[in-house]
Amino acid sequence: MNIHEFQARELFAEFGVATQPGRVAHSPDEAEKVASSLGGRLVVKAQIHAGGRGKGTFKNGFKGGVHLCDTPTAARDIASRMIGQVLVTHQTGPEGKEVGKVFVGEAVNISKELYFAILIDRATSVPVVIASTEGGVDIESVAENKPDKIMRCSVNPLLGLMPHQTRNIAASLGLNGLLMNQASKLFTNLYRLFIERDCSMVEVNPLVVTKEQKLLALDAKFNFDDNALYRQPSVVAMRDITEEDPREVEASKHGLNYIGLDGNIACLVNGAGLAMATMDIIQHAGGSPANFLDVGGGASREQVASAFRIILADKNVRGVLVNIFGGIMDCDVIANGIVEAAKETGLSIPLVVRLEGNNVEAGKNTLARSGLRLESGKNILDAAQKIVAAVKQAS
Amino acid sequence: MSILVTPDTKVLIQGITGSFGARHAKLSLDYGTKVVAGVTPGKGGQLFEERVPIFDTVDQAVRETGATVSAIFVPPPFAADAILEGVDAGLDLVVVITEGIPVIDMMKVKEVMRGSKTRLIGPNCPGIVTPGTGDRSHGGCRIGIAPGYIHKKGPIGVVSRSGTLTYEAVWQLTTRGYGQSTCVGIGGDPINGTSHTDILKMFNDDPETEAIIMIGEIGGTAEEEAAVWAAKHCKKPIAAFIAGTTAPEGRRMGHAGAIVSGGHGTAASKIAAMHAAGIAVAETPADMADTLIKRLQKG
Repeated sequence: MNIHEFQARELFAEFGVATQPGRVAHSPDEAEKVASSLGGRLVVKAQIHAGGRGKGTFKNGFKGGVHLCDTPTAARDIASRMIGQVLVTHQTGPEGKEVGKVFVGEAVNISKELYFAILIDRATSVPVVIASTEGGVDIESVAENKPDKIMRCSVNPLLGLMPHQTRNIAASLGLNGLLMNQASKLFTNLYRLFIERDCSMVEVNPLVVTKEQKLLALDAKFNFDDNALYRQPSVVAMRDITEEDPREVEASKHGLNYIGLDGNIACLVNGAGLAMATMDIIQHAGGSPANFLDVGGGASREQVASAFRIILADKNVRGVLVNIFGGIMDCDVIANGIVEAAKETGLSIPLVVRLEGNNVEAGKNTLARSGLRLESGKNILDAAQKIVAAVKQAS
Repeated sequence: MSILVTPDTKVLIQGITGSFGARHAKLSLDYGTKVVAGVTPGKGGQLFEERVPIFDTVDQAVRETGATVSAIFVPPPFAADAILEGVDAGLDLVVVITEGIPVIDMMKVKEVMRGSKTRLIGPNCPGIVTPGTGDRSHGGCRIGIAPGYIHKKGPIGVVSRSGTLTYEAVWQLTTRGYGQSTCVGIGGDPINGTSHTDILKMFNDDPETEAIIMIGEIGGTAEEEAAVWAAKHCKKPIAAFIAGTTAPEGRRMGHAGAIVSGGHGTAASKIAAMHAAGIAVAETPADMADTLIKRLQKG
């Protein structure tokens, strides 16, 4: 799960992580009000999840999702050109994203940009801090080209980030004296936020030293552990479903795991590994998968039926491949779900079904008796080749 | 022999009275597995299926029945505690089927378990099957949620992060006449107890295992590490399959651990590592068994 920049700042405020003063505004009026409560130069930033806002363009012709200004009136004017408008960045795709709110903050006089992140290192199963003097740029390219500029510090999850570790990290970033004290406090609080809110990653880029010798977390990216959302109601409350694919939101209501892609062959599979492998084999057979869809190990007839409705709602879909290895779950239950859904949706595009496993003969009989126009696949490869051929023929 | 468990292994089930745990405890009993105890706090003294005693604590269950292995089916909020209860009771092996345990909980569990004699498999895994010699492999040790009947006793070891892909590989082997020594699902979470490399080492040392199928997927670098280890130390032929070539970057593909981030953990990188290690890589999930059989016939 991702959150907005203004929500990240609210989390910083809650945990005592120093950041630039500012607030979210939902209207030009509110933007002016927020701006009046701040001092100095101001920055107005469109709030969408996608990156690349600064270089983006609004569909109304207004350039840039991040603007500097000097007066509350100017902040109001900028906000009025952003709110309710659609911003297109390299991450939103050409359709862009409607901006519902802006962040209005005090502009910062940056003297140095640094990088600081906490994430979980899979190889060692502990949290690790990654810090670099090369902030404000893509950290992957720093890791690639200047690996000596990246410092790593492993944390014992039972002890947490120790004070001496925060000082060593600060020193490696060239933060000494009073700045070291600020850094130590900021790192400690950020680690506490990471653990107490069940994050899987917090990335502060850039972490800045201002001309006034203040250390501030200027921009941040958060990832939360989906497995822990059950105990993080305040994190769940930050979810903005307008930022999510509506098909994925609908699928999650039915306990289905769906991810939309841009191909034209939909697939419906049980098990995450098999679902991924089914996408791969569609491509291997010369087609292009329209989605990832795992109906789970114990899917019911109703779940299969709603899975069908979701994949068929995608206008790009020209064919459907069902791949089920029913180990414990009954293939006949799945077959009945397919028949019900196909009839209800008036399925008019090619359907190939590959069933294997428990009670498979009954399942195949159910499909054969249904009167549906469908093909059977002998194995996954055969099924993938059949659906790819059928889709090519139909187009 | 086999690895991790044999048909004689005494198994206890934590969360035996929940609907999921009960269903699979029953299937294991039907398969002929020695399920000797169940644990559900507050239900001590009752019987499961009129024959398996239920205890309030794992410690009591171990002392009364001599169980050495536990399968955990308890819900995510209680799973970390359940694992450490098994560790405290001195079990040899704890297999965690539960899906959805917070990563931070697993991190703490692993830290506490450093140096412990208990091995952890999972979480979010289908479990372990060592097939038996009876009809449709009856009489084997089935811990977890895999369908028992698809197995057949034999010389192939199978290790995988995914449940259904494991069943797919096992079924391909069985229908081609190749049986399995042990099949291990190590789980789809970013932090797990036992890695591909750990299982490869066990198969390499197991006299009954003659060849191995290793199934991986996007995310992390465990498959690459296993390939490097295998190139240096593994005496037995390996065939591999890696899922997720078409998975988009930055999206979690069902399993919490199946995610490509910052260009790391791609299928391409894993497949390249397998090739470099001389491991035969199946091009599609339809030919996992055939890829291994071809390798075996080459000698």
